[in-house]
Amino acid sequence: MFRRLHDAPQRAVHVTIDGCDALARAGESVAALLLVDGVRATRVSAVSGAPRAPYCMMGVCFECLVTIDGVGNRQGCLVQVADGMRIETQRTRREAGK
Amino acid sequence: MSAGVAAEAGSGQGVVALEADWDVVVVGAGPAGMAAATVTAGAKLRTLVLDENAGPGGQVWRAIRTTPVQSRPILGPDYWKGQDLLGAFEASGATYLPGATVWSLDRNRELGISADGKARMLSARRVILATGALERPFPISGWTLPGVMTVGGAQTMLKASGLIPDGRVVIAGCGPLLWLYADQVLEAGGQIQAILDTTDKSARPHAARHALSFARSPYLAKGLRLMVSVHRRVRIIGGITELAIEGTTAAEAVVYRQGHGQRHRMPAGLVLLHHGVVPNVNLAMAAGVEHRWDASQLCFVPVLDNHGATNVEGVAIAGDGAGIAGAEAAVERGRIAGIAAARALDGATEKLPDEPAARRTLAKYTGARAFLDAFYRPARAFRVPTGDTIVCRCEEVTAAQVIETVGLGVEGPNQMKSFLRCGMGPCQGRLCGLTVTELIAETRGVPPAEVGHYRLRPPVKPITLAEIASLAKTESAVKAVVRG
Repeated sequence: MFRRLHDAPQRAVHVTIDGCDALARAGESVAALLLVDGVRATRVSAVSGAPRAPYCMMGVCFECLVTIDGVGNRQGCLVQVADGMRIETQRTRREAGK
Repeated sequence: MSAGVAAEAGSGQGVVALEADWDVVVVGAGPAGMAAATVTAGAKLRTLVLDENAGPGGQVWRAIRTTPVQSRPILGPDYWKGQDLLGAFEASGATYLPGATVWSLDRNRELGISADGKARMLSARRVILATGALERPFPISGWTLPGVMTVGGAQTMLKASGLIPDGRVVIAGCGPLLWLYADQVLEAGGQIQAILDTTDKSARPHAARHALSFARSPYLAKGLRLMVSVHRRVRIIGGITELAIEGTTAAEAVVYRQGHGQRHRMPAGLVLLHHGVVPNVNLAMAAGVEHRWDASQLCFVPVLDNHGATNVEGVAIAGDGAGIAGAEAAVERGRIAGIAAARALDGATEKLPDEPAARRTLAKYTGARAFLDAFYRPARAFRVPTGDTIVCRCEEVTAAQVIETVGLGVEGPNQMKSFLRCGMGPCQGRLCGLTVTELIAETRGVPPAEVGHYRLRPPVKPITLAEIASLAKTESAVKAVVRG
C-alpha cells in the first residue's frame, strides 16, 4: 500500500510486530510503520470483529488502536516508535486485562 | 529547539515538572497555535503550548522540523513557508509540550492533560484553542475496509515518514487538498491510477457569484497550477455520482458511476478519500462553547466575536477550529487572538504585531473562501448515506438503523445514543457527528441546526484509570472518599 521514498534516511529503530523483529525509521509513528510494513489489518472492530486499519493518521478516528508494550488501545498514529518497543495488533474483540 | 521546550516527547518528565498556573495556555501547535503563542510569549506572558503531535506544525506543516522529505519541490513552497513561523515560535520563549493530550477544559479554564501515561491539572488566565480541522466524514459503502484512508492521512505519512502510496492507488472526492496531495505524490515519483472527481457541477452557478474575490486571491494561480499538473499525468474521471468500495478483508475495487451512466468497477488496493475539512469541535463543545450550524460549510462552527473570543470567559478559538479558512488565515486569527489575550492580561505591548495588517491579510483569505466552499460543496450523495452503509465506524451503526430510529420518534443525536450507541465509541462522534445530524435532519425534514450535535463531555479523549490515579490529590479530596 505504501513504500518509502528513496531519499528517506536509513531505518534505525528495532521493534517487534506481533513478536517478529521489524526495523523502523526514527521519528515515525507506530501506525505508519505498520502500514509500510504491509500489515493490512491492525485491529478488529469492537462490535462485529471486522478487520480495520489506520484511517485518519491524526488522532481522531481511533481505527489504529494497537497494543504497545502491553498497554492496549493505544492510538498508533500518535505514538512514535522506540527501540525495543513491542507492538501487537488487536486480533480479538475484547482484551481483558489490557 | 530553544530553552522553552518543556520536554521532548517520550521523556516522561514533561507533564509532571510543569508549573500549575499559566497566563496563557494554547492548545495545538499548528499555524494558529504557533502564531498565538508567539504573540503572547512576546508580550512577556507565561505561555504554555500543549500539542498532541510529536513536534510543532499541526497538520499543514506536519513534521516540519523532522520530515525525511528533504527534496523541497515534493512538499512545495507552501509547506516550507511554515519554517518562518516555526522560527519565530521557537525563539518566542513559549513553553512547548509535545505528545500532550488535553482531555478536559472547564469554564474556570482548568485543563486536564496527559502525556506519557501521566496526567495533570493546569489552570490558565486565558486559553486559546487552536485544535484545527479534521477531514469531513466520507460515509460510503466499504469505507471501513483496510486499504481505505483519508487523503490527509496519506499526506501525513508523506510529510512525517516519507511514505508514498504504492500499487493500485485511487483517489476519490474533491477539494483543494486532493489536488495538492496528488501533485506531491507525482512529484515524489509515485503513481495514481485514477482520480474519481466528485465535484458537484450543479454547485457552479452558486460558486460563480463568489468568483471575483477568489480570482483576486493567491488561491487561483496555485489551484490552477496544481490541477493542470495533475491532469497531465493522471486519468481524471469527473462527474462522479456514486461511489462504493468492495472487498472482503481489505479494499479490492472501487465501484463508481459517472453522471447517470453505467456503473464501472476499477481494481484498487488503496483508496484515498477526501471532500473537505471541518472544525475539530470536541474540546470546545465539551468546555461549553456555543456552536452554530454553518449552512455554507455544512458543519458546526463556534460562535465567536471578532477577536476569536467564545461565550466561555477567557476562552478563545483561532485557526480552522473557528471555521475553515486555511493555513494563512489561521496564522492571522492566531495573531489576533494572541493580541487580544496580551491586551486583556496587560502584557508588554512593544512587540505586539500590527493588528490592522493581520486583519487585512485575514480578509484576503476569508474572502476567497466563499468560492471554494461553494465550488467544492460536498455532494449530498457522499454526506447523507443510505442502507447498510456504516455511519458510526466505532459502534458499527448503519444509515438504515439511524433512519429507522428516527421513525420511532427519536428527534436528535443524543436520544439516538440510547437506542444505537452511535457516537459513543472511542472517537466520540468525530467521524459520525455531522453525518448523524444531517441524516436525522433529512429524515425528519428539518434543518440541521434544529437537530444539533452530540452533547460532548470530558474526557474528550480516553484516559486510563492509572492516569487519573496519577493526578495529585488534595487532602479534602482524599477525605471525601477514604473512611476513618
